[in-house]
Amino acid sequence: MSQLISLLVENKPGALMRVAGVLTSRGYNIESLTVAKTLDPTLSSMTIVATVAEQGRELLIKQISRLVNVIKAVDLTDSQAVRRELALIKVDVEEDKRASLLKEADIFRARVVDASPTSYTLEVTGSPEKLNALISLLRSYGDLEMVRSGAMAMARAKHNKLPVPRFSESAISEP
Amino acid sequence: MALLSGAQILIESLAREGTEAVFGYPGGVTLPIYDVLYDHSLRHVLVRHEQNAAFAAQGYARATGKAGVCMATSGPGATNLTTGLVDALMDSIPVVAITGQVPQGLIGRDAFQEADTFGISRSATKHNYLVKDIGELAQTIHEAFYIATSGRPGPVLVDITKDVLLAQAPFDSEKEMSRLRGYRFDSEPDSAEVERAVEFIWNAKRPYVYAGGGIVSSGASAELVRFSELVEAPLAHTVMGLGAMPTGHPNFISMLGMHGSYAANMGVTQCDALIGVGVRFDDRVTGRLDAFAPDAKVLHVDIDPAEINKNRRADIGVVGDAKDVLGMLNARLEATRDTCGRQLRTERLAWLDHIRQLKREHPFCYEASDTEIKPQHLMEKLDRIGAGEAIVTVDVGQHQMWAAQYLRFNKPRLWQSSSGLGSMGFGLPAAVGAKFACPDKTVIAIVGDGGFMMSMPELGTIASNRLPVKIVVMNNNTLGMVRQWQELFYAKRYSEIDITSFPDASLLAAAFGIEGASVSKPEHLDEALQHAFAEPGPYLLNVQVAPEECVYPMVPAGGAVSEMILQPESEPAEALAGD
Repeated sequence: MSQLISLLVENKPGALMRVAGVLTSRGYNIESLTVAKTLDPTLSSMTIVATVAEQGRELLIKQISRLVNVIKAVDLTDSQAVRRELALIKVDVEEDKRASLLKEADIFRARVVDASPTSYTLEVTGSPEKLNALISLLRSYGDLEMVRSGAMAMARAKHNKLPVPRFSESAISEP
Repeated sequence: MALLSGAQILIESLAREGTEAVFGYPGGVTLPIYDVLYDHSLRHVLVRHEQNAAFAAQGYARATGKAGVCMATSGPGATNLTTGLVDALMDSIPVVAITGQVPQGLIGRDAFQEADTFGISRSATKHNYLVKDIGELAQTIHEAFYIATSGRPGPVLVDITKDVLLAQAPFDSEKEMSRLRGYRFDSEPDSAEVERAVEFIWNAKRPYVYAGGGIVSSGASAELVRFSELVEAPLAHTVMGLGAMPTGHPNFISMLGMHGSYAANMGVTQCDALIGVGVRFDDRVTGRLDAFAPDAKVLHVDIDPAEINKNRRADIGVVGDAKDVLGMLNARLEATRDTCGRQLRTERLAWLDHIRQLKREHPFCYEASDTEIKPQHLMEKLDRIGAGEAIVTVDVGQHQMWAAQYLRFNKPRLWQSSSGLGSMGFGLPAAVGAKFACPDKTVIAIVGDGGFMMSMPELGTIASNRLPVKIVVMNNNTLGMVRQWQELFYAKRYSEIDITSFPDASLLAAAFGIEGASVSKPEHLDEALQHAFAEPGPYLLNVQVAPEECVYPMVPAGGAVSEMILQPESEPAEALAGD
């Protein structure tokens, strides 16, 4: 069963290795992982989906939280978080089916970002379920080539916003 | 401001943190550091293997509570440190490790003595750094000490590229602010949880305190003793917690777990309120988890929130430093004493009496011998010599468990054992570090013949520094604990356990230029020990002990702690060829 984890980490070399290490050293498979700078460029946000049994989740969050580079780790598995994923999908399509494909792509709000005489490349954003639905539909047109970003998630409620300590708060007080 | 080299900045930064000794071994990329050390007042102790540098740094740290410092070169130097770092991580010991790295331009190009030290040490440390900018060096060293010694202590490694060591930069000796935004530990215990804990304690009929290494790290021994007296509860300790409470205290019931005392293991099985402080419910303590303290509710105090609910769900978890939490609890317990009803108090006192009676009726015991030196007898002798005040370092195995059972300690920080990782070869180098930390204390390394052979090169360090460490090899010519498991759980199919060709101790000692002797007859033991401890310098005493002795009580791995094997004749519980 998958666990959805949202993280705020310091944007430093090794931060990803440390977080990934906690998962891999326990033999958990990472299904997807996205990471990028936040509005504060010294911090990065990370969304991880990993196969973690329910009884291991609390401990995993605590063990990730205690990493020195991790500012906050939140388990969003059972929350009403906004989840989105982006996919780029190249479809080989025969000439007589091109119009029909575009119509169906439109239902999913997928945009054409590249075209050739024998293929279209679509960009689509949505929940992982929506992406899966589109992919299975597109299979009927021809061979697919695909890149998915993995899930990104954000807690809905304002009070769940990750607090970012200011430098002054975390300064070491000298003994 | 004067310009200093990276190597100078490193050494000045170490000195600024109060480093008294660096345990290390030089090599190619750390040459600039050793050039600075050539005429610097900072003391460097040349060990004989980098693994022992990490163990010696631990010996220093365990004896003082301050960070121990070790240093190694890139590649093999750094990889050799790793066991000592994982060991420090498991036992929460503050260590700062400095490693050299090949120049930045060569990283990733399979340079001579290049290893991915940053990657390798990631899971071996509490935190680690790769320094590629001389401007970050001083601050990084400061952070490393801060992280190693604060919160739940642990090892921190700083890997420094050679070009940084050679570069020049200004050095400001004023301490710098930290950039640690993600590092935090709860300094203030939650007072609501403390109130719940007080209520929990006063409602218990059969309270039981289980104390571990967190008491030692936090310096909470006085608070622990007071707590046990206020609650009127028996107190057991883990291997890490030995010395947390004076072993002569009437509430003290010795160690619990795999080789724990009868009273400690039956007590934890029968109690209705288990109070764990600075402990982590290790499998060697709990045995089969669902049979551990089966009737008890649990109050768990630890500085690391990740320990609460990890192995045993806590009914109340208080996150905080043991000294702070126990201090708060003691104040509240004193103020609310009257809320504990007379009837309940009578039951609690009867419980304490019951446990004390178990302790009297079932002490650690063994069959004495006139022909062989029994290992337990050796421990009793060493106990009298140490008199609760000597620093004792041990290795891992049977001798470690007998030492934990039979030695008494009046104070914390006297007992040093590789407890979590269980690294053979720990005891001798740890004694080196402890002796540098506490030159006025008697330091005894009690090791087995197996572990001694792993750490033997450190006789060189001991000899060249004329370190008056007393090394007592409990020699049964076998890997005793492995032998014990093969006897009990593998149908006596003894496989690869004979340490034959053990060197003649007096010749070996003489080869290093120190004193040494062997003893095998019980009637000569007193004299041999007296001679060893009267000698002003280091001494290697090889004690031939009964080879087939097993450590009892014993809880088979994965068994319930109440199902101890008490003596050789009793039927072992279901044979469990577990871990």
